[in-house]
Amino acid sequence: MNIQTLQDHFWWPVLWSVLKILVVVVPLLLAVAYLTLAERKVIGYIQVRLGPNRVGIKGSLQPIADAIKLLFKEIIIPSSANRFLFLAAPVLAFVPAMLVWAAIPFGPGMAISNMNAGLLYVLAIAGLGVYGIIVAGWASNSKYAFLGAMRAAAQLVAYEIAMGFALVGVLMVAQTLDLSKIVEAQAGGGFWSWYWLPLFPFFLIYFISGVAETNRAPFDVAEGESEIVAGFHVEYSGMAFALFFLAEYANMIFVSILTAILFLGGWYPPINLPPFTWVPGTAWLIAKTAFLLFVFLWIRATFPRYRYDQIMRLGWKVFIPVTIAWIVVIGIALETPLRVLLR
Amino acid sequence: MLNITSILFYAFSIVLLGAATMVVIARNPVYATLYLVLAFFSAAAIFLLLGAEFLGLILILVYVGAVMVLFLFVVMMLDINLARLKEGFLSYLPLGLAIAALGVLELAMVYWTAPMGHIPAPAPFPGNYDNTRALGYVLYTQYLYPFEIAAAILLVAIIAAIALTLRRRSGTKSQRTEEQLRVQAKDRVHLVDLRANKH
Amino acid sequence: MTDITAHWTLALPEIWVLSMACVTLLADLFFAEKLRDIAAVLTGLTLLGAAVLTFMLMGQRGTAFAGMFIADPFANVINLFSYLAVFLVVIYSGRYLRERGLYRGEVFVLLLFALLGVMIMASGGNLLTIYLGLELLALSQYALVAMYRDSLMATEAGLKYFVLGALASGLLLYGMSLLYGLTGSLDVRDIAAGLVNVTGANLVLVFAMVFITAGIAFKLGAAPFHMWLPDVYQGAPTAITLFLASAPKLGAFALIIRLLVDGSYGVMAVWQQIFIVLAIASLVVGNVIAIAQGNIKRMLAYSTVGHVGFLALGVLAGTLNGLASALFYTVVYVLMSLAGFGMILLLTRADFEAERIDDFKGLARRKPWYAAMMLIIMFSMAGVPPTVGFYAKLAVFQAVIEAGYVWVAVIGVLLAVIGAFYYLRVIKVMYFDAPEDAAPEIARDDVAAAFMSVNSVALLILGILPGPLMAFCIYALQGVI
Repeated sequence: MNIQTLQDHFWWPVLWSVLKILVVVVPLLLAVAYLTLAERKVIGYIQVRLGPNRVGIKGSLQPIADAIKLLFKEIIIPSSANRFLFLAAPVLAFVPAMLVWAAIPFGPGMAISNMNAGLLYVLAIAGLGVYGIIVAGWASNSKYAFLGAMRAAAQLVAYEIAMGFALVGVLMVAQTLDLSKIVEAQAGGGFWSWYWLPLFPFFLIYFISGVAETNRAPFDVAEGESEIVAGFHVEYSGMAFALFFLAEYANMIFVSILTAILFLGGWYPPINLPPFTWVPGTAWLIAKTAFLLFVFLWIRATFPRYRYDQIMRLGWKVFIPVTIAWIVVIGIALETPLRVLLR
Repeated sequence: MLNITSILFYAFSIVLLGAATMVVIARNPVYATLYLVLAFFSAAAIFLLLGAEFLGLILILVYVGAVMVLFLFVVMMLDINLARLKEGFLSYLPLGLAIAALGVLELAMVYWTAPMGHIPAPAPFPGNYDNTRALGYVLYTQYLYPFEIAAAILLVAIIAAIALTLRRRSGTKSQRTEEQLRVQAKDRVHLVDLRANKH
Repeated sequence: MTDITAHWTLALPEIWVLSMACVTLLADLFFAEKLRDIAAVLTGLTLLGAAVLTFMLMGQRGTAFAGMFIADPFANVINLFSYLAVFLVVIYSGRYLRERGLYRGEVFVLLLFALLGVMIMASGGNLLTIYLGLELLALSQYALVAMYRDSLMATEAGLKYFVLGALASGLLLYGMSLLYGLTGSLDVRDIAAGLVNVTGANLVLVFAMVFITAGIAFKLGAAPFHMWLPDVYQGAPTAITLFLASAPKLGAFALIIRLLVDGSYGVMAVWQQIFIVLAIASLVVGNVIAIAQGNIKRMLAYSTVGHVGFLALGVLAGTLNGLASALFYTVVYVLMSLAGFGMILLLTRADFEAERIDDFKGLARRKPWYAAMMLIIMFSMAGVPPTVGFYAKLAVFQAVIEAGYVWVAVIGVLLAVIGAFYYLRVIKVMYFDAPEDAAPEIARDDVAAAFMSVNSVALLILGILPGPLMAFCIYALQGVI
């Protein structure tokens, strides 16, 4: 059977989609696994210790060992938990974390789905992850889990607004919701033509909100292991716990790659000259993402945890007003000759 | 002949109707809320299938991502005994069904008698059609006035919500952030010059 | 596509009120600590400015914003009386609000937004804007009623109002959607044109009219959709009741004009029947049940239901005279209830609500002028000549008889006579009963008392010289029919 007859077949679109999904998801899960190793290593070095170094060369097989350990652990269901929702919650957290990747372009036109409302899609789907956390907290029937879930819900709703406003700024300047076109709008010179410069407040707020949305330190009050043990996933073990873990790290990578796409020029090299142009675009995108992921870990190793009311204050009383003000500034700039600075 | 789009359309419609029914009959309020989320999600999927991607995604973003989260938040906090609330359910059921049937009947009559029944299918969209752009264009031109009124209504909702709920009670042990921020070193640390005792 | 911004100056009063509401909100936030009255003063200035703008635009006809906004004398007249009503509310309620810790910027901002809702309804040319204006008004009202959180009754009234109001909005929307289904348009004039082809026997049309009229009747407080009214009027803080009984009624009347007269005049026969039922039911409920009330706010609430019945009589006549007399009645009702609830406000103290009829005992001996004002107000509500209430009822009955519904007019007259009883009881209590020992000293509130005097005397003067006001109402409605 040659390739042409295959393409004419009824099931070809389905098969092609599955192939594309596999090409994205398998490397993603590998990246998640090695991000955990990177985290332990980076924080280890920042704290002047070595990190895991026993399994494989310099600890390189540690994530595999962790995965095997989690796979074989028993999933304990608390006796008074709501059994169905308790098991559904990790899936509810994991699925949106995977779904958002459908719209992420890895290069010109290289996405599972080139939708023209991609920005809206990722924002909408990323907001769904909160259900996994809330449902987990409620279904566990444990006060620590419930407190963690409540904290997470309030935090996610608060920071989603600031995040949304930051994205509004991007789409005002780019005049499109299509992620590929947003990247293309940043083409031109080099790193000075990317959106991080004119939209600097949005860049900062988006990234910090991203840290808060993924419940990472210093905004990790939803887990808060020193005050509410481990928050919403205190009752989880084995693969159920692993799914939460995977979702959290996949979300970290997602926030980083989206920041790279929206503010750091996506797949464009920092200077549009050889030798930078010899490197393929996707490699640049991955390099930028990796740098932002490093910033995630750096922040975690550097800052103490925020108090809960301080998190709310930062979200509602600082970020939202700042983003609204900057949207007005951008709007005015777009209507005046200043727009040459934005295009 | 069924293509994939129609199969998906019917699948999502069935899920939507099933979820909507479960919202009404579910015993546990948390389940009911989650079914409502599922209903919104299926409706959004149908919007997407019909080419209204902006409406579909906004439905997920606003209702599923924000409104229902707060709903769930409240429902989980309250100790609602839905079984007790639903005690009269069966006795009201015939009346409710009758009213529902009446509503369906009316809609059917409107459909048959009015021009809506004879409106031809819309022309296919041109290739570069952008749903979001088209909607934005109409909102800020033809519907500018109602759009602004809707904004005023939302402002009133914010004012009302804050005015009705923000009550400062005395005696609570909450943090006064503004006072904490205003504090300076000299308010907190008082350096006293003490001479060492001589023996 | 035509330029959307064409003729936007016609909406200047609306734009001014909206902008000033936002300014008041911000000014109150930053300066309220130093200038306590800033919100009230800004509200007054807003009303003054809006009145000036409306006078400048008076008589201009046209549409703006793609037909969503209609400018005509009717809208101007409704707007002017609404400014007056809100202005009097601000004057009368200041002391009451201060004494209860309600003298807050939000109250005034919400009053301005409610006013904006009335204005939007008055000039709504599209089902969408009419509905949004209604919701803007309703949402502000729910919040205002529930604002007095220390009072359990006010909170309950707010919740009740909200739930039933949402139901009424649902009915109205359902009727609107049926109308849209029939005619394929949301634009009021297109609907009027589209209904030409629809016969009166069309069942869908009947359903649409029933739902729309039910929604309007709820907002007006016509029986059998009056259930919320006594509880809300009694439960709300008196200052808010004062407002509920004023500008929103003008808004509800605008709803009748825009939806039923502008939009569905061609099928008048359908809604006329419904209005006969509404009118008679309201007259019976309002005038009979009010007799049994011991709480004067509740009594005035039932009296409102009765007045709505008279108003509905004017509407069901459907002629220019009928509608003009209904508008006249609405304006007079607003003036009367402002004065009536204003009088309750005058008698209140920090810890004394003065809302029982017994609290008026012996008022003639304690404050003769207050009692005299209340006398005029009660006479006017009862329809005793030479007060304006008499002329208003007379005009309505004339219009009904002209339209050929003599039997309806006879029922109306009978019930007006029954209703006179409970108004006269208040007068009897004031003049012939001894004051209660526990009655506290009446507070001094010179500004409110001065405006109250003008308001009450106006009821008398308008009754002697009703011509100009009637001419004004006819002028307002001339273009509509």
